[in-house]
Amino acid sequence: MLVEIDNLWVRFATVNGVSDAVRGVSLTLGQEKLGIVGESGSGKSLTARSILRLLPGSARITADKLSFDGINILTADEAKLRAIRGKRAGLILQDPKFSLNPVMTAGAQIAEAWRARRGGTRKMAYQAAIDLLAQVQIREPARVAEAYPHELSGGMGQRVMIAMMLAPDPELLIADEPTSALDATVQAEILRLIEDLVSRRGMGLILISHDLPLVSHFCDRVAVMYAGRIVEALGAADLARATHPYTRGLLSCLPALSRKQDRLTVLQRDPAWIDA
Amino acid sequence: MIGIDALSVRFGSTEAVKSVSLKLARGEAFGLVGESGSGKSTVLRALAGLNPDWTGRITLDGIQLGPKRDRQFFRRVQMVFQDPYGSLHPRQTVDRSLSEPLQVHGIGDIDRRIARGLDEVALPSSIRYRYPHQLSGGQRQRVAIARALMAEPEVMLLDEPTSALDVSVQSEVLNLLVDLRTARRLTYIMVSHNLAVVAHLCERIGVMLGGELVETLSADDLRAGRTQHPHTAALRALSIELEETEGMVA
Repeated sequence: MLVEIDNLWVRFATVNGVSDAVRGVSLTLGQEKLGIVGESGSGKSLTARSILRLLPGSARITADKLSFDGINILTADEAKLRAIRGKRAGLILQDPKFSLNPVMTAGAQIAEAWRARRGGTRKMAYQAAIDLLAQVQIREPARVAEAYPHELSGGMGQRVMIAMMLAPDPELLIADEPTSALDATVQAEILRLIEDLVSRRGMGLILISHDLPLVSHFCDRVAVMYAGRIVEALGAADLARATHPYTRGLLSCLPALSRKQDRLTVLQRDPAWIDA
Repeated sequence: MIGIDALSVRFGSTEAVKSVSLKLARGEAFGLVGESGSGKSTVLRALAGLNPDWTGRITLDGIQLGPKRDRQFFRRVQMVFQDPYGSLHPRQTVDRSLSEPLQVHGIGDIDRRIARGLDEVALPSSIRYRYPHQLSGGQRQRVAIARALMAEPEVMLLDEPTSALDVSVQSEVLNLLVDLRTARRLTYIMVSHNLAVVAHLCERIGVMLGGELVETLSADDLRAGRTQHPHTAALRALSIELEETEGMVA
């Protein structure tokens, strides 16, 4: 197993006492595509970032087991974590505008990521960067490699980000709302690209989103989180057979082009879900 | 109510909007869809008076509008933006944000109007003296809508009003917008890249591509696939495809 999480808790100390953001999450991931779906504040991002121990300084993290390819993340020192972060496991964030270095060209950033894992000369790394840009389906990779982030569109920036994360040939890719800042057409293109690259390279993927139907298109399994817990986990193809009222509520409150509704269903939250 | 005739907007050498014309009757809801960079938001911003650099003719109730708008215009036309966190003053309480448009337009009875305004967008009165960072995303967007309604406008310009929200909150805000339109007989122009959202709120939809309005059709025609332009058909096909799973549940 690539990732094993057993009974993960993430807590924050606040003025009003301890707040539990993730409450006893367990999951495993092999070479497959897992979607984690939930609203803002459901703990989906914290769960995924715990794997890299990339949490705010005030977070307290406990688990019966938290491992990446057999390495215990809870006890690993910074050097060990550095060998994982960005090398064996990549993280793609929502907005490329904030994740890319604004004063480095796209090619230089990708080359840097490539060299960090594999060494080699600058020239080799830059050539590899252009190859990677071609792999993420950029039409003129040599030209884009010389461009600065502000010269790129959102979709293009996200492709550069993906190329950078793929440069060290990671085993796991965590994509945290990778397309929320993009419009519908580009969103589908980017997700198809991620899905395709992950499948071809035999990587594991954790795709975090608040859009349940969208995620189910690109993942094998979906875990639905509510208030820090996984309330339901099911195969992406079995979404129609979801039983938890929260999952069903999420699906029914979306407007659809294929059917007309006078009124959209509003999610009725049941306090019992918090402990369900 | 609103007429746009041969509207063009240039940014340097790029023509962002190329001779767009459309007409809206009072009480109508019109949606503009298209990809990023298609010019849909630029049309809205030119109409709102946020971009004075345009050519063509824009009329409100038959009266031609200049590049600069007077106070009377902003009393009648208000805008709601995508990101309520960016459009509300971070250091002003909800109360202050809501009272400002009333002061600007010299409308009295501020206290009661704010209380009613919050009630109208289904916000509890307890949030009245809170700051934007103390509210959830959905609550913030409700405040932004309440603020736009303070001056009792006739036209609301909506720029992606729900795309920064969780899907569960999106449905609440969309229902609210539908209710407000009926209750106040508002005219809406909404920009979004989400076809399902636009078709839910608007009865007529314009499709933009590369700065041009390539097709205008009814929401029913869009749902049924009676499209003329290949770009409309492509946008529709993608939207339907990504919806599929949901269709199974319904």
